[in-house]
Amino acid sequence: MSFEAFMIVSAVLFCIGLYGSLARRNVLAVLMSIELMFNGVNVTLVAMAKYLAPAALQDDISSVLTGQVFAVFIITVAAAEIALGLGIVFAMYRTNESVDLTEATQLRH
Amino acid sequence: MLFQDIVFWILSVLAIGGALGVVMVPDLFRAALLLILVFIAVAGFFILLSAEFLAVVQVLIYVGAIAILIIFAVMLTRDVQRGNLPNRLQIPAAVFAALLLAALVTVAVDTKWEFLPADQQARVDLVQTSAVTTLTGEVLTEQGVTSPEDQAEVQEAGLADLLISDYVLPFEAVSVLLLAALIGALVLVRPNPGTGRG
Repeated sequence: MSFEAFMIVSAVLFCIGLYGSLARRNVLAVLMSIELMFNGVNVTLVAMAKYLAPAALQDDISSVLTGQVFAVFIITVAAAEIALGLGIVFAMYRTNESVDLTEATQLRH
Repeated sequence: MLFQDIVFWILSVLAIGGALGVVMVPDLFRAALLLILVFIAVAGFFILLSAEFLAVVQVLIYVGAIAILIIFAVMLTRDVQRGNLPNRLQIPAAVFAALLLAALVTVAVDTKWEFLPADQQARVDLVQTSAVTTLTGEVLTEQGVTSPEDQAEVQEAGLADLLISDYVLPFEAVSVLLLAALIGALVLVRPNPGTGRG
């Protein structure tokens, strides 16, 4: 269980999420894939906070928690994103009767 | 260490297998359930990385709130059983994701990371533990932190202190963002007063 192993697992999670968000037609599947990407990034941040030595560590020992602070922010933004995203999904379902992204073309000229 | 390795590999298999399931399984409801599995595996990673607070937050917010919202949305829309179809971009997207993965793995393995020295690692673990629990003087002395200044430093370090001192501006910005997003979501799903529908 080394630092590199954590980095590789989180990279795999991120890339699976990237593939899902680009290649799926259902908007709910795309939202789920975006959550996968958020989780991959969070694992990277927390692993870096545990294993790497920031330059600021010499002055202030509590700076080792910076990575976790960023992870907290990402979790908050993910919650906001999913609330808004599902609001858009419902609005889209009411106008389109479908959650297929290829049919959401109202904004196209 | 061996036990942690075994737990790590089990969690990795769960996370990656679940993630593959999320993007491959045709049934959207099963995909949402597999997403919960991934969230729980990531919470396990956080515990392995001695970020216990984040693990709890992960379970509360991701498993408790986000996954439930997604399952609600899946239930409220039609074509659940075969809803997870690929679009025309499937092959380019797979190639792009594979190339990015290769690049990221190369960077992760090739970079000469500047690791913490072994003597600092123990102190860092203590600080990360002090984010969730109060460490008494005896425990710290047992762990090799003996001088009173060092003990005070380790005891005072915490996630909350960092959030409301160094990162207070992002903290406030994120609060406003969350409020704005929730009001926006309410406005979006509110039925139109005239017709009763959106």
